[in-house]
Amino acid sequence: MSENTPNKPKIGVYTCHCGTNISSMVDVENVRDWAKEHLGSEGVIVSRDYKFMCSSLGQELIEKDIKELGLERVVVAACSPHLHEKTFRGASERAGLNPYLTEMVSIREQVSWVHTDKVVATAKAKSLIAGTVERVAQNAPLEKLKVPINANTLVVGGGISGIQAALEVANAGFHVYLVEREPSIGGHMAQFDKTFPTLDCSACILTPRMVEAGSNPNITLLTWSEVVSVTGFVGAFNVTIKKKARFVNEELCTGCGICWEKCPKSVIDDVYEAGLGYRKAVYTPFAQAVPKYPVIDKPNCTFFQKGTCKACEKFCPTNAIDFNQKDEYLNVEVGNVILATGYDLFDAGRVTNYGYGRLPNVFTSMEFERMCNASGPTGGEITLRDGITKPQTVGIIHCVGSRDKNYNNYCSTICCMQSLKFAHLVKERTGADVYEFYIDMRTAAKSYDEFYQRVLDEGTLFVRGKVAEVTDAARQPHEKGKLIVQVEDTLIGKQRRIPVDMVLLSIGMEPRADAKETGKLFGISCSSDGWFMERHPKLDPISTMTEGIYIAGCATGPKDIPGSVSQGAAAAARVLDKILQKEVELEPIRASVNENKCSGCRICNNLCPFSAISFMPELGITRINPALCQGCGTCVAACPAGAISGTGFSNEQIFAQIDGILMGI
Amino acid sequence: MSEQFEPVIVGFTCNWCSYRAADTAGTARVKYAPNVRLIRLMCSGRLDPTFVMKALAGGADGVLITGCHPGDCHYIEQNYKALRRFLLLRRTLAGLGVEPGRIKLIWASAAEGLKLAHEINQFVEEVRALGPLNWPKWNDQPAEIDAVKEVA
Repeated sequence: MSENTPNKPKIGVYTCHCGTNISSMVDVENVRDWAKEHLGSEGVIVSRDYKFMCSSLGQELIEKDIKELGLERVVVAACSPHLHEKTFRGASERAGLNPYLTEMVSIREQVSWVHTDKVVATAKAKSLIAGTVERVAQNAPLEKLKVPINANTLVVGGGISGIQAALEVANAGFHVYLVEREPSIGGHMAQFDKTFPTLDCSACILTPRMVEAGSNPNITLLTWSEVVSVTGFVGAFNVTIKKKARFVNEELCTGCGICWEKCPKSVIDDVYEAGLGYRKAVYTPFAQAVPKYPVIDKPNCTFFQKGTCKACEKFCPTNAIDFNQKDEYLNVEVGNVILATGYDLFDAGRVTNYGYGRLPNVFTSMEFERMCNASGPTGGEITLRDGITKPQTVGIIHCVGSRDKNYNNYCSTICCMQSLKFAHLVKERTGADVYEFYIDMRTAAKSYDEFYQRVLDEGTLFVRGKVAEVTDAARQPHEKGKLIVQVEDTLIGKQRRIPVDMVLLSIGMEPRADAKETGKLFGISCSSDGWFMERHPKLDPISTMTEGIYIAGCATGPKDIPGSVSQGAAAAARVLDKILQKEVELEPIRASVNENKCSGCRICNNLCPFSAISFMPELGITRINPALCQGCGTCVAACPAGAISGTGFSNEQIFAQIDGILMGI
Repeated sequence: MSEQFEPVIVGFTCNWCSYRAADTAGTARVKYAPNVRLIRLMCSGRLDPTFVMKALAGGADGVLITGCHPGDCHYIEQNYKALRRFLLLRRTLAGLGVEPGRIKLIWASAAEGLKLAHEINQFVEEVRALGPLNWPKWNDQPAEIDAVKEVA
């Protein structure tokens, strides 16, 4: 081991092979020897390589050196710090070294995985390591910050995922605010007739959960409400919720339903009934709605539009109708947030060649769900658009708006199973012939493929190929009056024209139209497809990069019901973990003012979006409140006197890193 | 093969979007030019213009500044401040006789590994076209080094 250079802390450099992930593109042994030889003058007293630094043996190697060689700084050249910074800082801490004196260099994500020339890649790895060696010498020991956690939780979205999350937290004894923008919780699941593959009645399994959520004393149910602003940070979010005026006094209403019986105004229900049925201007979306209180749909209410009517008010036995009700704004303090905001359905009208909106007997999957539902607009009868005729032949088209570069590249996951369910229901209820037009059959979950086999056995006909067009232009006498599905059957290599009476479009899922705004509100980002982005797609699918904000259900991507329920429960488990710890540890990356250097110029004063910076007029200086500071460092960069310094990313650290990176130049 | 100029570029990323875009590019094995060496900051708002000056003075031919898309900033709005500083810095550089094209600001979300790789490749070509930045080596002139340190 080489002697330590005076005035430089003793540094150990550890370079990882990551199996062959790094060593196939970076000459790790060469890097190891170079670090010892060329960085010795910079304080490096030991340089080692190892097959897997993150293994317990690799970590022990570091711990041993810290103890035996008295290392004061550690540099690990391996993968991204977002993966293993915690691991190696933990190892240092176990050996008695302050964790913030350990830094990582990403030579996998930023070198070996993205470059193709081993000589150049090795040189770049060395330069990055040199930068971090210089930087780490400037690191200061830091202590983690601890902030208390408010035990209340906000759940946004009252679909099955949000309901599950709310119940898990509430049943553990903590308070939940469950916010839903529709008049009732239940989400898309409340609209379905049956669930695949068990063919459970969707409402029968969902409504007990809804009732449970509605009656749990730990859950404050805020339907017909939306979150309008969020401030604060993990442990202490301050949330403003807009409770839209229902025009119904919840204290007085019994949910008897006389108001909507007497309301003279019928409106097409394009939310719950998917445009297939009607509701009144005062309504609850469905019979089992939770809460039971109706809302008055102001733009469609005769009284609000014309000034007369008030039929609901006249007949209400408890005088619960209140036309003067105003929107209310509630302020709540919560420690954690779970976003389960769900999905929008793909607009089938965009695929013009399938004729939705133009050809009456082309239906979307959601319209068909409502049609099958005994409480739906047709009372469960499967009929053509005329409401009478039963179809003799039905064509079901998969992947409408999904797996299509013109619309969405991704697979919507549930459409294959949904289409198989439809085939079964059509067969069972009408005996019609059913064609499934599919690209690939995806039935990858418990009991799903068995259901596919069952539908095959029932005699459903499967045509493998993407449908080109649905048309009513007949070419043959037997096509007259039918919808003709033009498709290439790729299994026999022929174009086919298949006449059917009814076409069902299995439409995909899309991110909520306002997902981006919601993301901004809560400080989380969306993937390029528009779904909320996970902290890690494999290992942390329900966390986000913002501490204290969790995501669950279809808001993170297409999912089936079991997947949504599991994520809701998983997010709740994370929240409970935080609540039970009573306080959360935060990275100690904060800015502070050297009051001797501060001239009181106030340039920094307006830069902080968290209001952490305030001017002390009596002292003529500025101070930073460490409890509010989030550590972005913008004020550090702005201070003309260099009076503000930021822990973890100080000027000295960055300057040293720049020097190191450019050392060989 | 003819010797072509390989520019050295220092890149600054924020911790939340663009550093993760680099991670995403890595995980997806997207290949890009090896000329850029990234330094992680917490936020593009942390970018002190002297970092850029120091990198250029220290031998870099170009500096890439990356951050979250406008409106997506982890710290709400600090990337706008990075944008302001970037625009001022370009003018300052022009005043010093350095081509403003040697610094570039790009936005990359954590999902945009492909975009980051593409932007890096493009910037490397742009700086390659500008040629080496032949600033005097200040290592031999301690007085000037002290002057820079004073400013920093």
